[in-house]
Amino acid sequence: MELKSRVPDGPVAEKWDKRKFDMKLVNPANKRKYTVIVVGSGLAGASAAASMSELGYNVKNFCFQDSPRRAHSIAAQGGINAAKNYPNDGDSIWRLFYDTVKGGDFRSREANVYRLAQVSVQIIDQCVAQGVPFAREYGGLLANRSFGGAQVSRTFYARGQTGQQLLLGAYQALEKEIAKGGVKMYPRTEMLDLIVVDGRARGIVVRDLVTGKIESHLADAVVLGTGGYGNVFYLSTNAKGSNVTAAWRAHKRGAAFANPCYTQIHPTCIPVSGDHQSKLTLMSESLRNDGRVWVPKKAGDTRAPNQIPDAERDYYLERKYPSFGNLSPRDIASRAAKEVCDEGRGVGPGGRGVYLDFADAIRRLGKDKIAERYGNLFEMYERITAENPYEVPMRIYPAVHYTMGGLWVDYNLMSTIPGLHVIGEANFSDHGANRLGASALMQGLADGYFVIPLTIGDYLGSNKLEPVSADHPEVRAAEAAVVERTKRLLSINGKRSVTSFHRELGKLMWEYCGMARTADGLKHALQEIPKLREEFWQNLTIPGTGQELNQSLEHAGRVADFFELAELMCIDALHREESCGGHFRVEHQTPDGEAKRNDEQFAYVAAWEYKGVGEPPVLHKEPLEFENVHLATRSYK
Amino acid sequence: MNLILHVWRQAGANAAGRFERYEARDVSADMSFLEMLDVVNEGLIANGQEPIAFDHDCREGICGMCGMMINGTAHGPMKMTTTCQLHMRSFKDGDELWIEPWRARAFQVVKDLVVDRSAFDRIIQAGGFVSVNTGAPQDANAIPISKQVADDAMDAAACIGCGACVAACPNGSASLFTAAKVSHLGLLPQGQPERYRRALKMVAQMDLEDFGHCTLFGECQEACPKGISIDFIARMNHDYLRAVATQREETAAGGTG
Repeated sequence: MELKSRVPDGPVAEKWDKRKFDMKLVNPANKRKYTVIVVGSGLAGASAAASMSELGYNVKNFCFQDSPRRAHSIAAQGGINAAKNYPNDGDSIWRLFYDTVKGGDFRSREANVYRLAQVSVQIIDQCVAQGVPFAREYGGLLANRSFGGAQVSRTFYARGQTGQQLLLGAYQALEKEIAKGGVKMYPRTEMLDLIVVDGRARGIVVRDLVTGKIESHLADAVVLGTGGYGNVFYLSTNAKGSNVTAAWRAHKRGAAFANPCYTQIHPTCIPVSGDHQSKLTLMSESLRNDGRVWVPKKAGDTRAPNQIPDAERDYYLERKYPSFGNLSPRDIASRAAKEVCDEGRGVGPGGRGVYLDFADAIRRLGKDKIAERYGNLFEMYERITAENPYEVPMRIYPAVHYTMGGLWVDYNLMSTIPGLHVIGEANFSDHGANRLGASALMQGLADGYFVIPLTIGDYLGSNKLEPVSADHPEVRAAEAAVVERTKRLLSINGKRSVTSFHRELGKLMWEYCGMARTADGLKHALQEIPKLREEFWQNLTIPGTGQELNQSLEHAGRVADFFELAELMCIDALHREESCGGHFRVEHQTPDGEAKRNDEQFAYVAAWEYKGVGEPPVLHKEPLEFENVHLATRSYK
Repeated sequence: MNLILHVWRQAGANAAGRFERYEARDVSADMSFLEMLDVVNEGLIANGQEPIAFDHDCREGICGMCGMMINGTAHGPMKMTTTCQLHMRSFKDGDELWIEPWRARAFQVVKDLVVDRSAFDRIIQAGGFVSVNTGAPQDANAIPISKQVADDAMDAAACIGCGACVAACPNGSASLFTAAKVSHLGLLPQGQPERYRRALKMVAQMDLEDFGHCTLFGECQEACPKGISIDFIARMNHDYLRAVATQREETAAGGTG
């Protein structure tokens, strides 16, 4: 396996223009002769499917939900970044590029990030033209807000539902193309394998989730926009259905998996309330603008928060990071919360929580002002916890939120399997070891609207693709493998439910591959995960059959892949002997407990090649060079 | 708390359905309604029985995938709340709950509490978009939009497409869903060129899909987890009437070619 990043030569600001000019084109009359499969219908998938259909390609789009509008991009709250510089505060493409590389702790590919910053500007224009109702000022122009990791206001938003509105924009464009006949939509259909013929991705095997029918779809190229794998931890802010299956099956067919250990833990989520917990809910980062984070100074202090006098409280973020205080970046705020809870100073049932207190802000600004700013979030909090945050401080705790790792892609977003392209959160490319707030939406739409519709043409135009018939041996073999695996899952007839295994795997991962990782812990996890995986394949029970809607079977297939991914994540975390962004190795920290990078040895992308279940994967390295943003230590003190 | 559940079980679209009685024991007030069903399902699986199928995904009230009738009310007793955000503290020990799928001719049952809402997608396909291709539109600030208009459009755009409005309506009408999209796009300058054509086509598709007519009961707005107002239905009717009165045949003779 060779990692050819295919980054164009020349100054970073000219690379994308150069690539666009050098690319092979497919003439408009020929585009309709090509079929492209898009898996996933979130911001990346829907925008890619719609845009490619507009160009004339035949597109088949797949999603496992009942409608493409359900994809988890819909849950993004805060906003989308773009270097528009409307507020005249000195923003520029260069500054957005710089902030994103630095925020990613110098573990992303400069050329991709620059292109992301460039097209960010077009995204906003496109979305407004589609009718996305962004927030506006009285003068009728677009409003902006600030977000973490930036000193300019460049975030566009639609109340607390920015992801929803952007996704509906892309979904509507997709429905427009479905009506026109350019896109054929397959909802409630799950990709279960990739078909590779003569070394090229030529199709997928899917299961119709309603009838259980397993069938193949063939194409000239395949695009995965299947999101992240945070649900390997069982509890995360991801939707229940979010999974790694499409990406993982592609990995097993030869696509390298890059930086799997880079996980983003979001500091402000509602804590776990009991063993029944099925998912975690994010409370927007914006709350930290006015809320103060604290825990009691004394361990085991069970007094009600209003009974604890100020002198006996530890406002630990303000104490440790006086210049950024409660607005410290996500990775830093999360680790600090874990630390105080580990010391026994956590609050709430189970002691895994810290206070986010608005009492000072309410005294300073009045209850009305706070209600105007955060009313909907306070309501949501009260609905879930039955506590009124105007009267008692919120309790929050970090939770898994996003995964920066993903399938390795080159500058054209193509994986190590020719013809297989990967977009959005499913690829690894733009966020390095830590993603900044409001950048996920930007990347999904950049890839889908503005990058893949062009680079797919370059692939199709520069390769002669022979037709593949439905009874090609590789197609038959891939289909047979899926049928066999489904049968195997259904015939275990053991005693334990899928959920019980998923929960147990999640606990292991959270404990040993979560916010703080140690070599010993990771080694321990690497012993436990295969044991649990073995038990899964021997003691799982799935009621029902494969010829019907069977949600346990769907879940089982996904958990089986999470087991294999979990092992790779631990291997990657163990090999990366440094701390960077979302990856914190306890052995590698400064004397005052901050992350310590090792640029000498680890300024590379770790791309892993699959060698079989339980077999050690092979590491390939893509060196990272920083010609424009100079390597520096992040400091928020 | 302990609860008695009567849950609609139906093996498939063409199978006969029936209520099955289950006991939900030791339910914590902090559980969401779906987490309570998760626990019941784990019990069923342990006994070798098929778990209750229900749609759900984000579990934070925004994807619109979950939804069921709980004691005859869409999404249960709490106002402006999806089923996934409804918590068990809304119930008390000993309560007896009747849990059913959305009931509407246009929403066929797929299995148990899962229904087919693809009719909603087809209504959007009929015109719920602005016909602009990806490319280089004008700068986002080229057309100022008053804050009031943008806010009104956002109120309509907040629809999550869950189908509670249809389930709550005695006529099984999709008017609130359709009106929300007609209004969202019809309010904005970007939606003007297709405003009347859109209203015409989306309403026609709604009729084709076996949804009932709107007779302004207002149950939809009561059931809507996003609080979408029936004022939008009035707006849709206005646009539709105007479209009917003023529509002209589209000419096949286009440009000069």
